[in-house]
Amino acid sequence: MWNRYVTPSGMTRRHFMSHAAGAGAMMGASLSFGHSLRVHADELKKSRKSCILLWMGGGPSSMDIWDLKPGTDNGGEFKQISTSGDVLISEHMPMMAQQMHHMAIVRSMSTREADHNRGRYYMHTGYVPDANVDYPSYGSVISHEVISQRPELEIPPFVSVGGASEGPGFLGMAWAPFNVTSNGRVRNLEMSVDNDRLMQRRVALETIENSFIAQKRGSVLEDHRKVLGKTFDLLTSKQMEAFQVDKETEAMKEMYGKNGFGQGCLLARRLVEAGVPFVEVDLGGWDNHQNIFRTLQNDRLPVLDKAMAALTSDLSDRGLLEDTCIIWMGEFSRTPRINADAGRDHWARAWSVVVGGAGIKGGQAVGATNEDGTEVVGEPYSSEDLMASVCHALGISLETTFTSKNGRPMKIANSGKLIKDLFA
Amino acid sequence: MRSIQLFMRSIHRMQRTMFARTIRVVLGAAVLGWLGLASAVCAFQATEGASAPAGRASKRAVLPPQVEKIDKAMESAWADAKIKPSAVEDEIKWCRRVYLDLIGRIPSFEEFSEFAKDKSPDKRYTLVNKLLNDDQYTEEYAAHWSTIWTNTLIGRNGGMEERSLIDRQGMNKYLRDSFANNKPYNTMVYELVTATGTTKPGTEGFNGAANFLAMKVNEENGVQATAAVSKIFLGLQVQCTQCHNHPFNQWKQQKFWEFNAFFRQSRALRRYTKGTNDINFVELVNEDFAGEGSHPDKAEIYYQLRNGVTKVAYPVFIDGTAIGKSGYVSEVNRREELGKMMMESDFLDKAIVNRVWSHFLGYGFTKPIDDLGPHSPVSHIELFEQLAKDFRNSSYDLKQLMVWIAMSKPYQLTSKIGKENESDDPSVGELPKFSHFYTRQMSAEQLYTSLAVATQANRKGNLEEQQRRREDWMRQFIVAFGTDEGDETTTFNGSIPQSLMMFNGELIREAISLEPGTWLHQLSQNRAAPQDKVQYLFIAGLGRKPKPEELTVATQILAARKGEVGGMLQDMWWAILNSNEFIFNH
Repeated sequence: MWNRYVTPSGMTRRHFMSHAAGAGAMMGASLSFGHSLRVHADELKKSRKSCILLWMGGGPSSMDIWDLKPGTDNGGEFKQISTSGDVLISEHMPMMAQQMHHMAIVRSMSTREADHNRGRYYMHTGYVPDANVDYPSYGSVISHEVISQRPELEIPPFVSVGGASEGPGFLGMAWAPFNVTSNGRVRNLEMSVDNDRLMQRRVALETIENSFIAQKRGSVLEDHRKVLGKTFDLLTSKQMEAFQVDKETEAMKEMYGKNGFGQGCLLARRLVEAGVPFVEVDLGGWDNHQNIFRTLQNDRLPVLDKAMAALTSDLSDRGLLEDTCIIWMGEFSRTPRINADAGRDHWARAWSVVVGGAGIKGGQAVGATNEDGTEVVGEPYSSEDLMASVCHALGISLETTFTSKNGRPMKIANSGKLIKDLFA
Repeated sequence: MRSIQLFMRSIHRMQRTMFARTIRVVLGAAVLGWLGLASAVCAFQATEGASAPAGRASKRAVLPPQVEKIDKAMESAWADAKIKPSAVEDEIKWCRRVYLDLIGRIPSFEEFSEFAKDKSPDKRYTLVNKLLNDDQYTEEYAAHWSTIWTNTLIGRNGGMEERSLIDRQGMNKYLRDSFANNKPYNTMVYELVTATGTTKPGTEGFNGAANFLAMKVNEENGVQATAAVSKIFLGLQVQCTQCHNHPFNQWKQQKFWEFNAFFRQSRALRRYTKGTNDINFVELVNEDFAGEGSHPDKAEIYYQLRNGVTKVAYPVFIDGTAIGKSGYVSEVNRREELGKMMMESDFLDKAIVNRVWSHFLGYGFTKPIDDLGPHSPVSHIELFEQLAKDFRNSSYDLKQLMVWIAMSKPYQLTSKIGKENESDDPSVGELPKFSHFYTRQMSAEQLYTSLAVATQANRKGNLEEQQRRREDWMRQFIVAFGTDEGDETTTFNGSIPQSLMMFNGELIREAISLEPGTWLHQLSQNRAAPQDKVQYLFIAGLGRKPKPEELTVATQILAARKGEVGGMLQDMWWAILNSNEFIFNH
């Protein structure tokens, strides 16, 4: 259903686009509306990959969470603890410690973007900001590549929970993130008219819309038409139930943590179950220039630990983890040196991300940093490399090439190289 | 099946009765402007599709010479690129465009009609001048530009944060007054950069300009102030050089901290509501700065290189001019010194010309518009520098700059793209050639205000109240990133949440409401023929008459509504408001 508007050729569409030649078109349209195709759905479900990105806005400190340096000047206040995998992590991540056999820490990320906006863009796209080309973000790229596995999907394939994510770039607004709050509330979903009348309005709207598009006034108009199509789809789709986190049991809500991020992770699990290929869940508040240890210990880490551990174990219990890749990252990390305000500033030269699921070998740390955490030891990895590895885990060929609107061919993940150790 | 047949039959009946009828305009006075409909429609016919009107060739009014400078530069660039510009846009579409860009909303039905009736070859110039200088538009002009600048200076979320130090109304008031009086741009910048005083209207020592820096000076040693002042007013992106030198940026870390040193006397002091812990307002002050080495007579600051080596910095402007090192305000008022040097910088001129140009034409001479560093490719560099000089020589008169651009050839062109200029597409990474108007979405604020005009909701309450209501409505679109810098984005960006709002949101429900007293109710009640009412909707929303296929749909919908005109008008108005043609500036 979703691809219909991307490659405008579906039956339903043609129904509508017989553009009010007669009343029959309108009636036909209203009859078939909301009726979803379920062709080969089971077959496709088998190969269906998903990805959940836990986005840590502000740049969380690797050295206090995943790659501790106890006993050094930069080490800070936290101790490390052993885990179910072959790695040590922060004492303030006790629940996640029980799940680390599923997850791999990449401790040798080394990037150059230490400004929030630039870092956010770079980590989301694999490209540094470029005045001339707008690159698509993770969610746009991945949903674009795996959408064909999901002919039955009527709801947006790229959902951003509690945050803004990054845009679709040259893929166009049809691949933009669908933003919802962490409780899954989608604003303005309540229609004031019944389906038939909505369809009649749709015919009127598309009549105006199409004659204006025909005047060739720019590709943004084509994008608008696609987005309208998706909106109509979603309005009448039963699949929208996936957004209703409230339908979960109290125990389940409790397990993820009754806070925005916890419920957002729970929502992510529901969406993946419903077939959404990419969900990003946002947890901000990591820009800890001041009082980093108190903030992490009392506030950020308990929230993160509970939700991330619940998500990992829940996906695993439901058999979804083998096809779902979890990524944990922010735009960069924080300075090993602790500043005068007991905080850490921006640092991109040596830091960690965490990935797991979808066939990634868990329980290990890939790469390392030096004694005081300032430099990567061995091979450094970039945003491109991480993105290439995630794509590989999701069964997307690294030979995939996009062509930007001006004809420039671009390899997926900016030609990043596979982080081989993630795949045993 | 049976229902389909019934439906078909009812439509045929409808077509016989409704469309055979000649246009009769018989109405009560309830709908404003209704009597003018027939003549307005005639005038529309006369101008629709009339591209390249006598406007230029047989002109009597003398346009400012800058218009010709722009035109010549554009024409030679088009010739060099071997592209042919699109034709001149038809007048009614252009009229809609110029209302949106100058005063932030579409024209009302009456304003459309008035422009359509004007037969003078100078009508475009007359309209631009009217919107800029006629008293009846002063308030709207000021409201529109103060909205844009409020968003630029403090963000869409500024003042709404928990325990915010900003008074958004105060910021707005300062800007509204400035634009209403057409304050010279350099004066405005100087006032914003050097402001002291309180943030909240009605408090003693109120200075709305203080809101710009109120939340940018206390934390992190004024890093936010450094980044915002250099980026917004000088077009220099320095925020990345705070921690280390960057290969792509001419600024070095040293320069960042030297610029930062100008803000180190500044403090935003919280003033609490008596007996509570709530911030009532904030006072922005300059205090003596002892320096980090405790020598106030040469108050230095320290920063660290990446290798941990500590360096020292004193206030030095971007061109290398140093000022006195004293931290005593009575000896050296650092922000005032900065303000004075900014007034002399040609980055000041270029940054604003680029901003205003991009406002009207969709793209600036650089992308992004607030990055004028040597790494940014510039289109039309000579014209850009010339306009910057001319703007300085105009004594920073923003309205003059707007006239130059709004009357220039690229702004007159249609947004239709032809075979000979389809390569001119900045959205794919080409430098803009401005050979056609770049279709773009209205801002959320423009949409809101346009809806209010189209549904006559703007006739209730004063502008300030309307602005407040609009800001409440705006909040649903704002998404903040979790950083200290208060970065934000908006979901009013052409994605699904925006469509859902336009489909079902309260604003649209109100716009299509048939409750007694609403505009649509009045329209549904008067005695004009249904298709005349549909025409009225199209002109009010889109500035054009409906096409035959659009009237056919209206007929079908009327049948589906079982002849109930109000319901049909609701559906058609809903469709018009949701259409690309309404929601885009084209």
